[in-house]
Formats: sequence, structure tokens, C-alpha cells
Amino acid sequence: MPQNEYIERWTKQHGKRLDHDERVRKREAREGHAQSEKAQNLRGLRAKLHQKKRHAEKIQMKKAIKAQEERDVKSAAPNEPSSTPLPNYLLDRSQANNAKALSSAIKNKRAEKAAKFSVPLPKVKGISEEEMFKVIKTGKKTAKKSWKRMITQPTFVGPDFTRRPVKYERFIRPMGLRYKKANVTHPELGVTVQLPIISVKKNPQNPLYTQLGVLTKGTVIEVNVSELGLVTTGGKVVWGKYAQVTNDPSRDGCLNAVLLV
Amino acid sequence: MATVVPPPSKRQKILAAEKAEKALEDAIIPKHLGSVRVQFVDQSTGKSTGPVVAVPVKDATVKNLETLLNTIQGNEPGDRLPYRFFFRNDRSTGSESELLDVQTDLYNSVLRPGFKSTEDNIILQFIPQAVFRVRAVSRCSASISGHGEAILATAFSPESSSRMATGSGDNTARIWDCDTGTPLHTLKGHTSWVLVVSWSPDGKILATGSMDNTIRLWDPKTGEALGGPLKGHTKWITSLAWEPYHTQAPGKPRLASASKDGTVRIWDVVLRRIDESLSGHRSSVTCVRWGGLNRMFTSSQDKTIKIWNTKTWNCLHTLSSHTHWVNHLALSTDFVLRTAYHDHTGKVPETVEEKIKKAKSRFAEAATQEGKLVEKLISASDDNTIFLWDPSAIPADSNAAVKPIARLLGHQKQVLHVSFSPDGLYIASASFDNSVKLWNARDGKFISTLRGHVGAVYMVAWSSDSRLLASASKDTTVKVWDVKTGKLKEDLPGHKDEVFALDWSQDGKCVASGGKDKQVKLWKH
Repeated sequence: MPQNEYIERWTKQHGKRLDHDERVRKREAREGHAQSEKAQNLRGLRAKLHQKKRHAEKIQMKKAIKAQEERDVKSAAPNEPSSTPLPNYLLDRSQANNAKALSSAIKNKRAEKAAKFSVPLPKVKGISEEEMFKVIKTGKKTAKKSWKRMITQPTFVGPDFTRRPVKYERFIRPMGLRYKKANVTHPELGVTVQLPIISVKKNPQNPLYTQLGVLTKGTVIEVNVSELGLVTTGGKVVWGKYAQVTNDPSRDGCLNAVLLV
Repeated sequence: MATVVPPPSKRQKILAAEKAEKALEDAIIPKHLGSVRVQFVDQSTGKSTGPVVAVPVKDATVKNLETLLNTIQGNEPGDRLPYRFFFRNDRSTGSESELLDVQTDLYNSVLRPGFKSTEDNIILQFIPQAVFRVRAVSRCSASISGHGEAILATAFSPESSSRMATGSGDNTARIWDCDTGTPLHTLKGHTSWVLVVSWSPDGKILATGSMDNTIRLWDPKTGEALGGPLKGHTKWITSLAWEPYHTQAPGKPRLASASKDGTVRIWDVVLRRIDESLSGHRSSVTCVRWGGLNRMFTSSQDKTIKIWNTKTWNCLHTLSSHTHWVNHLALSTDFVLRTAYHDHTGKVPETVEEKIKKAKSRFAEAATQEGKLVEKLISASDDNTIFLWDPSAIPADSNAAVKPIARLLGHQKQVLHVSFSPDGLYIASASFDNSVKLWNARDGKFISTLRGHVGAVYMVAWSSDSRLLASASKDTTVKVWDVKTGKLKEDLPGHKDEVFALDWSQDGKCVASGGKDKQVKLWKH
């Protein structure tokens, strides 16, 4: 492993080789050939690693190219004017409609009063305490009475959480199972956005799980929607909205939710 | 207030306290300065009023000067006028002399900066302000549903605040009775969205322009169509402008319509045919304004503004200073042209001649500046800037270079809407950057930014006394601002979605707004 930035230090002290730029240019020019040679001649594990790296690189490249193309065509406004009525000062402008459509759909939905208390997943399968908690039997005192529990399900832990002293810590929420973000889908639009979780509002299994922030299927969480730019009738920016977890995060390793509208 | 501003930090508090202290210090006028000689000059005519008067410096506040000027003019105590005073500074650093606003008193505005000493004669120009005062609208007096789609345009009748027209995405326009908050007429006929509504200056005809490429005329009294559609444009109508009342041939009003197809057509309303078709713009015409001095102004998405002679229909000039679409135009005389002979007293002359005479005199009053008829033009653009033009100062030679008075920089996103205050002293501009900005209409100097909206601001509307300003925004609120202090006066939440259209009635009693939530809201004091 190199110790410190010795190359940068050297260049700062002595400058670059006189033919540095040319060498760099040539190396870049050779790169395609070098890549090709590697791709053809590597064998075994090296080949696998190389392919994986190239695969990731190519995905990035494709994405960049696509973004570039999209940026270029943006100036050409759609010929067909929008289907919703717009005043003429907005007619020729291409708009970021996603968040907007989201908010108006929510408003329309809210008008239907019956929809107020229904959630997408009304029933969930129960999880027993044995499944949820693992008894900790390490340590002198703990081993004797076995009062310490580790939560085996994914959890949300607020940013201001500090652990209690080990002696008093009854529940351990493992770092590896903590989630900060959820992939939230708008049910009608099918738009999915990754949003930060603010809090766990209700775990249907047990009020204790709500308190502990356990994320299981059917849990209602509050997500931060401020980047969607929704506005209340009072003109304030909406930033918290409820969503319900739709997958089993302990199996999937990700957290999917639907927005409650 | 719905938009809660965060409480000021300690540093801000200290700064504010320092500022207040300094202001308090500034307010004190030293007693030992003796008196100064003042000559009042009417800014509109350029004539001096009364003899040179000696005024003690310590008493020379705007309020006292107002009283003095009223006495000199022999106004009875009952009909005293409020005034604004200006001072022309010849010793300014620039090559041209600048006009300064006398804010509170003569000492702080003129003597202390050293523009004049107590030995000199001070020439003060004055402008009378509106005698009436419009009260800020503060409550929603009616919320009327009726339209089946978003409301795209609204306009009050020039006659009074009791009639208002809206155009909507449900292919109809409606006329509302604002006194009772009820719908009066539904104007059916268009086959697509109604994008513009415009009342004739005498309030006898309502014109609507639509997405179906036609214009229709309606009788607002009965709600019946005056004939069929006016066909001619090949794309939708973006803007309508009536011929000013005082330049109309009596009984023969004309209407200009701008369209997406890049043409402007002049319609003879009585004969229902195209008088003239002005082509020249290479792209959608976004706005048309018919000035009172035989000029017509059109702006377009081809980045230019064209000035047309309304007698010969020649294109006199093409102003191409903007670097992106020109979105909107406004004239300093917009308010009088729109209201013609209807003033704040509500008295309407009997005969047509008297009406024309009154419209003419009102126009002259609004347009006169230092003895000349001046009609200023302002243009808002997608290049985030605004240009202030003086078309009367542009030389007649069409090849001559055309220079604007000022380029108004400051907006951070596209500017959608600009408007002159009815007295022609301020400019308000609404932009996508969530702010409204106020500018001095004389030289285009920046005055203040009105912040508070959390979404793009679509439109602004002035109260007729120029002391208040309303703005409509994407964030679903209408906000009323105090122009003098630059502060939020009233926040009017209530709409459930974007507010697209806004208008303040000519007599100042009522504000109408409509938007995507399909409801028309009337706001009153």
C-alpha cells in the first residue's frame, strides 16, 4: 500500500516530465487496444472479474449516453399540447409533471372520503416473538438470566439514537439490518422514488415493535416527500407522508412501500 | 401567514437593531440649518406651480410639503391630494441627470447627500397620488364552482367590480355576478379551451380566444353570442387587445388577436372580418398590446418585439435585444386603456363625444411625463431579464439602432408576467424563481424582491391606487403585498391547486382568482 500521496508530493516539488502530456495522451489512445487484449486473453477468475468490471462500466456509459441524448432532445417540445388544460403562458413549456401529477392525484383521491382509512395491505401474517427476537446468552450476567434480546428483523433507527449502557440495553438492533430509505411507489401513477424514512408510525404486529421501529410487511412508515414538491392548500410545502411497506424486507434486503393517498 | 418564515438568527437580530438605530439617527433633522427655497414643478406638464417658497429645513418633511403644495394650489382642506416629490440631481456621477425620490424629508434626500445646499433653489417635481385608497383584500367572499375544468383566464369588466368573466378548459367562458357570487351566463360555443378573455374598453363586448383557433364575441348583458366564430388563425389564440377607446372610430371598435401561428390579425368587430393580417414574426406571437399613440406592440417566441403603426400597419421597428422567447409585454398606460372613461368615481359621461373626451383626457393624464406624451413598454423574457423601452424616443428611421432604457437583471429563472402600476411609477414582474420583483418604472432601477411564494409565480395584478399588489402562484396561494414596504400584507390560501388566473377589479373592491381546482374565488376586504 502506498504511504501518503508521495506521487503528488513529488510532482509538486519537481514538476512533471516534459513529455507527460504526450504520454498520457498515448496511454489513453492505447486503452481501447489494451482493453480488447485483456478481454480476449484473460482466463479464469481474472476473466470473470474483468468481465464484471466491464459490465458495470458499460452500464454507466450507456446511462451517460442516454442522459446526454435526453438533454439534447429536451428543446423539442412535444407537438401535441398537453391533455390537461393549461393557460397559454404554460402551453409551450415542457414540465416536470411527475411530482405534480402525484400531488393532484392525491388531492383527487382525498376528495373521496371513504378512502381515508383504507390501506393497501389490511391484513398481515403474525410474527411470533420467538421469530422476532433472538435471546442473547453471552456475558456473565446476561447468560444467567437471558434477558437480552436481539431483533432479527430489519429496523428503522432515528438519526438521534444513542445506545444505552450495555447493562441496561434490553434490545439490540443490529447495524446491518437498519434502513434509512424506502422505495416508495405511487399506486396510481406507478412512479417509484427512493425517499428517506422519517419514522415508523405503526407496526401491525405489536405496539412494542412500533416503538422499536421494526419494519415488517404492512408497517406504516412516514417518508420525507419534500423533494417531490407537494404543497398544501395553505401554501406550505408538504414533507411528511405515510406509506405502507409491501414487501418482506428481511427476505428481500430492500424496503418497498406504497404511498397512502 | 401560511409561509412561516424562520425566526431571525442572533446575527440578523443584531443587524436589524443596528439598522433601526441608524434609521432613527437619520430621522433626526438638525435644527440649526435655517431655511431653504423650494420651487414646486408639476412633473406631468413641467410648469412651475406658485412662487419660490422658503421652507425651514427642520420642517421640510414630505407631509408638510404636501400641505404646503395643497395650500399653494388653493385646494380646500376637504379635497387635499397626497403627493410624491422628486428631485432632479444634476450633479450625479453619470452623464445624465437622475431623478431622486424624496422619501421622508428634504434634508435626508437632498441636503445631506450634498446634492444641493441651503443656499440653492431646490426644484421639486411632484406627482399627485391616487386620492382613493384600495383596501387590501383579506377574505374569500365567494368560492364558486361551475366550471368543469381548470380556469385559464379571468378579467373584470372595466365598468365595475360586479361583473367578471372567466375562460376555462371545459370549452366555455362564464360571466359572474360578483356582488352576489353567482354565475350569470355560460358562454358556450368554443370547441376547445378558452385561453383568453378580454372586455372591450367600454364594457359592451366580451371577446374570447380559444384553442380551437377562433375568437368569439359575446354580449355580456344577455350572455348571447354576437354572431359566429371569427375564423382565420390556423393555431390557437394567445392574446387579445382592443383598440383604445379614444382612438376608435365611434361605434367601430377593432380587435387585435395574436396567435401561435405567428400572425396578428386585426378584426373589424362590426363587420366581422379581418381588416389586416400582420405577418412578420417567425414563431408564435405571445402577446399583443395596442397603445394609445398609434402604435401596436407584439412579442414573439422568435425573440423579437415588433412595433407596428396602427394607421398604415407597417412594421416600424423590430427590437431584438432579447436572447430567448419574449413572454409578455406591458404598457405604462395599460390600466387607462383598459378602463377608458371609467374612473374610480363611477360616473359615466352621457354622450359618446364626452366619453371619448374623457377617455382621451384620462389617457393624456396617465401618459404625460414632463410635458410629453410617453408610453413606456416593458417586455419579459425567458432569458431571465426584462427590458424597459421608450417607444416614443425611438427615432422614426426604421434602420436606426434601438436601445432600451434599461435592462432589468435580477430574476434567476424565466420571467412570465410583467405589469406597470396604474400610476405608471412601478413595475412588478413575476417569475419561475418563486419571487415577485418591484422595479422603478422611470429608470428600471431595482426596488425590492417580494419573497414568500414557494412555487413559481404566474401572474401579478395591481390595485388601482398602485399601493397594493396581488400575485398568483403555483403554490396554490394568492398573496397581497404592500408596495411601499415590500412586505406581505395578506396571504390568501384556499385554492386546492395551482392558481392560473388573477385579476383585481378596476374599482379595487374585489380580486378574482381561478386555477386548476376548477373554482373561481372572489376575495374582498
